[in-house]
Amino acid sequence: MKKAYDCVRAARAKDRPTGLDFIGGVFSDFLELHGDRRFADDPSVAGGIAMLGDTPFTVIATERGKNTRERIRRNFGAPHPEGYRKALRLLKQAEKFHRPAVLFVDTSGAFCGIGAEERGQGQAIAENLMELSALRTPILSILIGEGGSGGALALAVADEVWMLENAVYSVISPEGCAGILWRDAKRAPEAAENLKLTAADVHALGVAERVFPEQDGNWAGVWEALAMAVRQWYDKASALSPEELIEARYQRLRAMGTPPASAGAETGCAQNEERAETE
Amino acid sequence: MPLGLRFRKPKNELEQGGRPPARPAERASEMTRKCPDCGKEIPLGVLWEGGDTCPCGHCFPMRVRRRVAFLTDPDSFTELFGALESRDFLGFPGYAKKLRNLRESTGEREAVLCGEARIEGHACALFVMDPYFLMGSMGTVVGEKIARLFEYAAQKRLPVVGCAVSGGARMQEGILSLMQMAKTSAAVKRHGDGGNFYLALLTDPTMGGVTASFAMQGDIILAEPGATVGFAGARVVEQTVRKKPPADFQKAEVLLAHGFADAIVPRAGQRRVVASLLAIHERRRPDEKGL
Repeated sequence: MKKAYDCVRAARAKDRPTGLDFIGGVFSDFLELHGDRRFADDPSVAGGIAMLGDTPFTVIATERGKNTRERIRRNFGAPHPEGYRKALRLLKQAEKFHRPAVLFVDTSGAFCGIGAEERGQGQAIAENLMELSALRTPILSILIGEGGSGGALALAVADEVWMLENAVYSVISPEGCAGILWRDAKRAPEAAENLKLTAADVHALGVAERVFPEQDGNWAGVWEALAMAVRQWYDKASALSPEELIEARYQRLRAMGTPPASAGAETGCAQNEERAETE
Repeated sequence: MPLGLRFRKPKNELEQGGRPPARPAERASEMTRKCPDCGKEIPLGVLWEGGDTCPCGHCFPMRVRRRVAFLTDPDSFTELFGALESRDFLGFPGYAKKLRNLRESTGEREAVLCGEARIEGHACALFVMDPYFLMGSMGTVVGEKIARLFEYAAQKRLPVVGCAVSGGARMQEGILSLMQMAKTSAAVKRHGDGGNFYLALLTDPTMGGVTASFAMQGDIILAEPGATVGFAGARVVEQTVRKKPPADFQKAEVLLAHGFADAIVPRAGQRRVVASLLAIHERRRPDEKGL
């Protein structure tokens, strides 16, 4: 079986397609729109309008950049508060004009910088979580690489969350977790197993609705499959009234980690007993 | 805390046992407690009178039941959802034991206490997070209790007063801890959309996933003097940008200056300020339909 940390490595691989590749691969005629209208334009979040068939979508993606210069310019895909505020501005625009929204998420997390903190990184994420939970238009988030904690979640409060086979989604980076648990970031692979961060695990825990195979790196094929799935998802979602939509979105979140915990809880306890015996 | 003492603290015990810091009486003297800000030994009686505040203004962490007693009218507090407690559903290293030890040492079942209370006669739903229970971290039960409290308050058309203190999302419950940020945010939104008032009081420290969710979603956000409030911790920021953040980084006073808090309220004035805000927001419009 594939190790969790193999997925982490694959998700972080330098040659993996980035957010803008996914927008280009799944949609057509992408028109990028810039700025949060408050302070700046954050290049680590790209957003705008793109077409799928003859339906316009609001599309947003975190973007890591392809080469060193681009990566630096895009801050390696780690958004500042302005990135989240730009995303929210575009999503509010989607709501106003009844456009569905698709977000591609691939970030190690919200940027941990002095300016980011001073300009309210926490507040920016908090506002997105609150507003997205009740946005009156269909939202779909697709985790295409790293789903790093609150910085990823701020773009992933949606009607459905999908993941690619090697994408990961975690409350903390495996390195950070290993550092806290064992004061040793080198034990990240072990921490990755414990965090249950792979697409398969996240799906089993009910946090992601679908997982898409990566077809051994045939990305054109992956994008084709995603385009078809997005179309089918939108057909279903657009049949709901905004009230039904946000009620379902609320209930989706409401069910997460509601005691008594799911079947996963039972296996969790059993595993724990095994662990106790082997120690 | 002197640097040496910090290093001598047995890290392994903290990691495995998760014991809270030694009780004040067990430190230097039975009758005093040393203030980390001014360095003076403060008689416990003085601390108690001032709401666990040093005469220099330093706010000591408060145990949950103590804060409830401090903030609410005598015997007005009724606990809600108190039976919920976390389970180690991921089989995470050391978590089950840590939970057991914490329940024993704190007498609490989880890192948040929820209930209904009166503050100078004004009814409210109240949550108080526990700095001694896994650093107030938010796992599935903390998220569930807070979401339920906002739903309960929305249904009864009550304002919510929330005292935040937290290290963030609880890593031992993995991705489901992260989802509590979204779950609580959705519940706060519904409560607010019903025209209900939410007052957040941020205490030291409020970090990570709690700052990035309900702590920053109050209609009015108050902070205790000197409280550290932020998303990423100063050490992580320093490692990321390789630059030492300023000494007052993420302090409540800086938060206020940058526009992310409404006011800083010392403990001595909290009851009065909270009560007057509850009074101002008491619902009286005749056309009010609630939800």
